[in-house]
Amino acid sequence: MQLDGKCPGGPIAEQWDRHKFAMKLVNPANKRKFTILVVGSGLAGASAAASLGELGYNVEVFCYQDSTRRAHSIAAQGGINAPKNYPNDGDSIHRLFYDTVKGGDFRSREPNVYRLAQVSNSIIDQCVAQGVPFARDYGGYLVNRSFGGAQVSRTFYARGQTGQQLLLGAYQALARQRKAGTVHLHTRSEMLDLVLVDGEAKGIIARDLISGELHSYAGDAVVLASGGYVNVFYLSTNAMGCNVTAAYRAYKRGACFANPCYTQIHPTCIPVSGEHQSKLTLMSESLRNDGRIWVPKQKGDTRRPEDIPEQDRDYYLERKYPSFGNLAPRDIASRAAKEACDQGRGVGPTGYGVYLDFSDAIQRLGETAIQERYGNLFEMYERITAENAYRQPMRIYPAPHYSMGGLWVDYNLQSNVPGLFVLGEANFSDHGANRLGASALMQGLADGYFVIPYTIADYLGRIAPGAVDTGHEAFQACRESVEKRISGLLGGKGRQTVNEFHRRLGNIMWEDCGMARSRESLNRALEQIPQLRREFWEDVILTGAPGGLNQELEKALRVADFLEFGELLARDALAREESCGGHFRTEYQTEEGEAMRNDKDFSHVAAWEYSGEDTAPAMHTEPLAFENVQLAVRSYK
Amino acid sequence: MDLTLRIWRQNGAEAPGRLEEHAVTGVEPDMSFLEMLDVLNETLLKEGRDPVTFEHDCREGICGSCGLVINGIPHGPGERSSTCQLHMRHFKSGDTITIEPWRVHSFPILKDLMVDRSALDSIIQSHGYISVSTGSPPDAGTRLIGKPEADQAMDAAECIGCGACAAACPNGSAMLFVAAKVSHLASLPQGRIEAAERVRDMTRTMFSCGFGNCSNHYECEAACPKGISLKFIAKLNRESLKALFRG
Ligand SMILES: Cc1cc2nc3c(=O)[nH]c(=O)nc-3n(C[C@H](O)[C@H](O)[C@H](O)COP(=O)(O)OP(=O)(O)OC[C@H]3O[C@@H](n4cnc5c(N)ncnc54)[C@H](O)[C@@H]3O)c2cc1C
Ligand code: FES
Repeated sequence: MQLDGKCPGGPIAEQWDRHKFAMKLVNPANKRKFTILVVGSGLAGASAAASLGELGYNVEVFCYQDSTRRAHSIAAQGGINAPKNYPNDGDSIHRLFYDTVKGGDFRSREPNVYRLAQVSNSIIDQCVAQGVPFARDYGGYLVNRSFGGAQVSRTFYARGQTGQQLLLGAYQALARQRKAGTVHLHTRSEMLDLVLVDGEAKGIIARDLISGELHSYAGDAVVLASGGYVNVFYLSTNAMGCNVTAAYRAYKRGACFANPCYTQIHPTCIPVSGEHQSKLTLMSESLRNDGRIWVPKQKGDTRRPEDIPEQDRDYYLERKYPSFGNLAPRDIASRAAKEACDQGRGVGPTGYGVYLDFSDAIQRLGETAIQERYGNLFEMYERITAENAYRQPMRIYPAPHYSMGGLWVDYNLQSNVPGLFVLGEANFSDHGANRLGASALMQGLADGYFVIPYTIADYLGRIAPGAVDTGHEAFQACRESVEKRISGLLGGKGRQTVNEFHRRLGNIMWEDCGMARSRESLNRALEQIPQLRREFWEDVILTGAPGGLNQELEKALRVADFLEFGELLARDALAREESCGGHFRTEYQTEEGEAMRNDKDFSHVAAWEYSGEDTAPAMHTEPLAFENVQLAVRSYK
Repeated sequence: MDLTLRIWRQNGAEAPGRLEEHAVTGVEPDMSFLEMLDVLNETLLKEGRDPVTFEHDCREGICGSCGLVINGIPHGPGERSSTCQLHMRHFKSGDTITIEPWRVHSFPILKDLMVDRSALDSIIQSHGYISVSTGSPPDAGTRLIGKPEADQAMDAAECIGCGACAAACPNGSAMLFVAAKVSHLASLPQGRIEAAERVRDMTRTMFSCGFGNCSNHYECEAACPKGISLKFIAKLNRESLKALFRG
């Protein structure tokens, strides 16, 4: 298969404008004849659905929560990037573009990233118009903070709840369209399969989570904005329900999955406290603006942090990366923490933790200023750990957080399956091998507000509306395969719970496919995952009938897909014989332990095509060209 | 620690409900309340019994999915904390804990501890927004908004839509929820334009969804995990008056 990114070509700064002009339009009077199914109501899905509704399309939105407002985007804390250059510190579209390509360790597609940087300023304008209460100074102006991987301040924020405020803006826009009758909501409704008619995406099968019934929905195009997959690690910063099902089912129907091995481990999360742990809590990266990260110099130093004098502390990020210091990118900061703990210098009861210390900042700025900036994060930390971070340093440790990989899409955000568009964290397009802080919110909203409204028309303009309805035999067949999957899970006499299987999968992924991976560990994972999967289908405990509300069944269906997807992730990690961004292969590192890229052989996107139950998937590559940013060894020293 | 739980079980909206007693052992103080319920559910599953249905997603106190009445208090004894952010160190071994769903006329029970809160979405849909379409709004930098106004808007906007205010209110009123959205948008210049219609539409919808009126019991503020202030109800009342005078 030839994967064509369909990038417009020409000078990078003009590509998007020229492309917008070249694309087909749908006549305003015809728009309402087209039905678009949008799966997901996070920043990407809600902004897309609201904008498409405003244009006059007939939009059906699906989410598994009881309300579209509860999508996982709501949990984003730190902020959203835009190169407005309000602080006058030298920011520009080009610099944001450059930082993002470099931050992604030169594994993203230049034209997509440039467009993202270009439209990001409009996002801030749009959100302010919606009433998003971004932080302001006493003069009434918008203020910015800094995030990792950048030397300018370009992050807009609403206290520690930026995702919440942005999502509520999009949710309100969606509510307005629902009132206008252009958008119809299907909440508590989980997509379990994608329906293809003559090779094009024309519908979905979704399970009503209250009645348990399966429903078929037909549309002229399907937009997946179903979020990321790092819950494959079991413990992560994602919400409990985040899953790979929608994307993975699309993969099994022919959509290519790109770079599944690019996962981000976030450096600042509250460490695991015990076996019972169900999820990990992120402490926003913005804390690294004022917190200093350190561990004791000596291994096994059990003194209390305040008793360890300055000369016995190792501020390892400041030492190793003097120009970025505590604001080194996430992949680098996470690996450095792991390294310190592996050397036996970790802190806290488990030894898997490092300090994030605010005492200098409190001395310099006063407790009130720190409270103003991070009050709610300190509160959250105390609620969980019963420790007061104004008095003693926080303890943090890396945790799975974000997936850069996702379904393959072209410049129009269309997958290789015509009519299937993929937005937000669910696609692979903009972040390469590592995402910089505050750029996921930017990407989700860019895709939804400013890209899909144009690019979907280019597809719809070429087809006749309403050509397929749910009476088509493809729906019947698809539905039956979902029914079979469900009945295969129910009714057995299993002995292990879904959670137990998920935890075991998470262990394999974290140990063998986590922050550091090797040929040996990956081969081990590739052996263990299929075994675990077989055991799951034979031994999982599931009570109840297919109908009715059954939360265990919901979980089981998601874990069943993770058990297949984990293997694909490991396979991709094994094939990528280099280290780049969040993908660190121990065989490929410099003497100083830094990641070693191999541009000659791996400057490409790896896109996997499903080839049947018993056949290994086929790998296709899309070469990456760097014409505007020079390929270089990423240095934050 | 070892606990006795008395949990509301109800198999569907129409079915009768009752409190069921369960013992849980080996609970650790670092566990969250929902992790404690996970332990119970794992045990029930292994015994071949139906696990307790309860709602949750982020487990970070921000999505608003979770919400249990714990010993008669919405979200339990933690201060300014949602159920998922409540930790077991608030309890001691030997305690008996009663766990019930939100009990609000407008939130029908779906199963066990899960209720239907779509009425809150209906209120937002009635006018909980600023009428702006995606396109080319003015540059964000051209509109100055004083820090006090921006801060007040943010204080109100922090509402997570969990419905604890209505669950705490003897009248089953969602006035704090409505007040938070009305105040958030009315505090900003770009939200003033529709302020009168907004407050009218939203309060009217609140009543038509079957929520009660506010008669100053002040239970809502105490139950709110985000500490949304009662002063916003006063602001809502002022906005309603202004709307009245505008005719
Ligand atoms: C704790 C935390 C903090 C973060 N902070 C920041 C930050 O400060 N800045 C930043 O830029 N990024 C941040 N991120 C990342 C960012 O929040 C996410 O990448 C982004 O919000 C993803 O948005 P999305 O719209 O793609 O998906 P989501 O918000 O995850 O939405 C997914 C949607 O899909 C639906 N869905 C999923 N599967 C199905 C299915 N099978 N059927 C039906 N519906 C389905 C869900 O119901 C949901 O509505 C943070 C992430 C976390 C976890
Ligand atoms: S689970 Fe999200 S607020 Fe409690």
